[in-house]
Amino acid sequence: MKVLMFGWEFPPHISGGLGTACFGLTKGMAFNNMEVIFVVPKAFGDEDQRAVRIVSADQQTINLFDTQFQEYWKHLTYLEVSSLLVPYMSPEEFRRLTDASEHDYTDIKESVFAEKFTFTGAYGPDLFKEVSRYALVATKIAKEYTHDIIHAHDWLTFPAGVAAKHASGKPLFVHVHATEFDRSGENINPQVFEIERQGMLFADRVIAVSNRTRQVIIDKYGIAPEKVVTLHNAVTMGVTHTERYANPLDDKIVTFLGRITFQKGPEYFVEAAKKVLDVDPNVRFVMAGTGDMWQRMVEMVAKLRIGHKFHFAGFLNGAEVKKMFDMSSVYVMPSVSEPFGISPLEAMQSNVPVIISRQSGVSEVLNHAIKVDFWDIDAMADAIYALLHYQGISKMFARMGHEEVENLKWDNVAFKLKDIYQAVLDGRS
Amino acid sequence: MKKICFYFQVHQPYRLRTYRFFDIGKKHDYFDDYANRKILIKVAEKCYLPTNQLLLELIQKHQGKFKVCFSITGTLLDQIESYYPEVLKSFQRLAATGCVEFLAETYSHSLSALRPEKEFESQVALHTKKIKELFGYEPTIFRDTELIYSDLIGERVFKMGYKGMLTEGAKHVLGWKSPNYLYYNTLEPKLKLLLKNFRLSDDIAFRFSQKSWGDWPLTTEKFVSWLNLIGPQDEIVNLFMDYETFGEHQWAETGIFDFMRALPDRIFSNSNFEFVTPSQAVEQLQPVAGMSTPFPISWADEERDLTAWLGNDLQDDAFAALYSLKPMIDQCKDPQILKDWLYLQTSDHFYYMCTKFFSDGDVHMYFNHYSSPYEAYINYMNVLADFKVRLEKAVGEQALRAETKPKKKSVAKKKAAAKPKKKAAAKKPAAKPK
Repeated sequence: MKVLMFGWEFPPHISGGLGTACFGLTKGMAFNNMEVIFVVPKAFGDEDQRAVRIVSADQQTINLFDTQFQEYWKHLTYLEVSSLLVPYMSPEEFRRLTDASEHDYTDIKESVFAEKFTFTGAYGPDLFKEVSRYALVATKIAKEYTHDIIHAHDWLTFPAGVAAKHASGKPLFVHVHATEFDRSGENINPQVFEIERQGMLFADRVIAVSNRTRQVIIDKYGIAPEKVVTLHNAVTMGVTHTERYANPLDDKIVTFLGRITFQKGPEYFVEAAKKVLDVDPNVRFVMAGTGDMWQRMVEMVAKLRIGHKFHFAGFLNGAEVKKMFDMSSVYVMPSVSEPFGISPLEAMQSNVPVIISRQSGVSEVLNHAIKVDFWDIDAMADAIYALLHYQGISKMFARMGHEEVENLKWDNVAFKLKDIYQAVLDGRS
Repeated sequence: MKKICFYFQVHQPYRLRTYRFFDIGKKHDYFDDYANRKILIKVAEKCYLPTNQLLLELIQKHQGKFKVCFSITGTLLDQIESYYPEVLKSFQRLAATGCVEFLAETYSHSLSALRPEKEFESQVALHTKKIKELFGYEPTIFRDTELIYSDLIGERVFKMGYKGMLTEGAKHVLGWKSPNYLYYNTLEPKLKLLLKNFRLSDDIAFRFSQKSWGDWPLTTEKFVSWLNLIGPQDEIVNLFMDYETFGEHQWAETGIFDFMRALPDRIFSNSNFEFVTPSQAVEQLQPVAGMSTPFPISWADEERDLTAWLGNDLQDDAFAALYSLKPMIDQCKDPQILKDWLYLQTSDHFYYMCTKFFSDGDVHMYFNHYSSPYEAYINYMNVLADFKVRLEKAVGEQALRAETKPKKKSVAKKKAAAKPKKKAAAKKPAAKPK
């Protein structure tokens, strides 16, 4: 079985959950003997004018996966497409990013599903044009590389998946890691929504990362329930033998780690912090990450007069994230809307007890975590206090949680995915 | 004869380095030595050294008739001592002429006058000691950080023994009154007040090179003609400004040095003004009225109040967190911690957290090395968190030593004398046994 996959990011440059999930999934697929043609957008810069390039294993700068990684590469054809697309990007952000640079483009029809693209090789002037351009490249790739399955991750690559299906006629699977409703609340961008909906309609199966996302797809996008399947994420096995980075402070540390945006509910974390500090001043809170609500959070912390116990760590890279988890006594993910949420699993791998919102997909697969409603700051503060002070529960959570996470393997996820593919292939023949 | 009084504020802060959350509890070097040194050397070469030289020449040329006054902060003195001793020497040469007065202030250009704790008094004492050490001069006039003043601050300053104080001739306090007289503090009428003539001061300090200004370019003819325009009864014009005006805020290319070089001559020939220092002004003039200032004023920004340093949540939280450490500081004896404590109080740290960018944004951005007030706040709070951990540890260890010491002594005593007097040992643990 050979899968043409439109994915995101690749080590060592991974900026968030989407890249982590794509990478983990393809590794699991390799383990299950599936062949993958993995296509990712990447800004090549001026020196490289090609639209697509094949990257071989020796061009990769990673060696941490050694023999296991070599095995993985055997099952993988890795293609990079020259594109400015990056995950989590909104049309506004894209405009900000590209405004400074020049673009030469020939006018393209408004709809991204239009068939008549003029391909210039240059980056698109706005996000939707760039998405269309990417889809055009996808057509080329679909004609060049034989495959049995097409698999696209999140809306920016849906048009590429649809275009590939037009080109090769193979079944299309769209994988929904987040919907427009997760990113923007009720104030959705209708253009983005439409691209998502079209992708889902064209697809043979829609794969949702959690039951709550599956429900959103059925309710808000009007997709037939029998076409939508849930496939929970897993977590990549970390390197376990590295030394634990000790917390140099007497105070215990409670951590929030993620983009500081509406979706992640950072303000509930700040409010809960205030409540905990009122009772126990010997705790420190850390908010790591960046995002459009960052300034508001800093102001809020100052206003509540907890700045001497509440720290902003900025964006953390992979090694720093590990360091941060090692120092933490509690990890909180208060997301308002989280289709899945891999980061609590990573915290649990580092033996950190976690508090997660009921509005997260990951709460469907975890037992050894405290679950609260994102808006219930009293319950959140209570849980933080309990995990900090009651050894019984925190120790149990750390141990049981670690075990629980160990069993969430991408190999198993890929095995289920293979079944989902097979069902569609069987249905067609 | 009418009087003219030049006063220059000379200050540089110890800027903080980028101090990450991960550094808390691990690294205790807070200050950006590289940037501080680089900036000091730049300003010294553009401003301090050439301006000091110019003033020295003017003093020598006019044989005691040209006088100026400085307030040099402790943080700047520390910086020139360690980074550029030549600057210190040139200030000392000026001091030796006898035509230069030095003012008292808080050691680290801090906002401690706004706090009830005795930190204010102890910092002023530290600064006076330093001035005496370096210049052999005992200040009699006081100037608080950025000309901050209120009735209560004036009262505290008087109680420390100062005869006069400098502040802003703020419109909202003076109303119809002119800044060109001597005033007094309403709580302690013996404390005289010299008020900045902000129009004439800012003509030099801010507008000198502003080509959009109707009166650009400013010449000494023009400036002296404005001096002559003040009210016939007016007695003194106080020109207060940052010393960095010369060569740094206004580059040498703008002609600021030529202006200053020619100004005394022009004043002597075209007006009936004489130069005085603040202490001379306070001796020679009679105050005309009290100036009631219940709320603190300063010379900063359009509002002439404290909002450049305090008032928004970032600033108020940081300020409260800083001074919550004062009781522990009073117990601490670690010299490095006490030095950091001084430098962390410097008002500039709070200035960087200011969010009112609209009316005075240009000035604020000029002095700021952070890209936003939020970053300034985060960085400062990280540093303060580490400082607190260090302080707690130091004070804790001190207490432990204090506890164990007398016990040891009493044991030694026991061995020396058969029956030691327990009372005496408890009362005076450090006293030697007779």
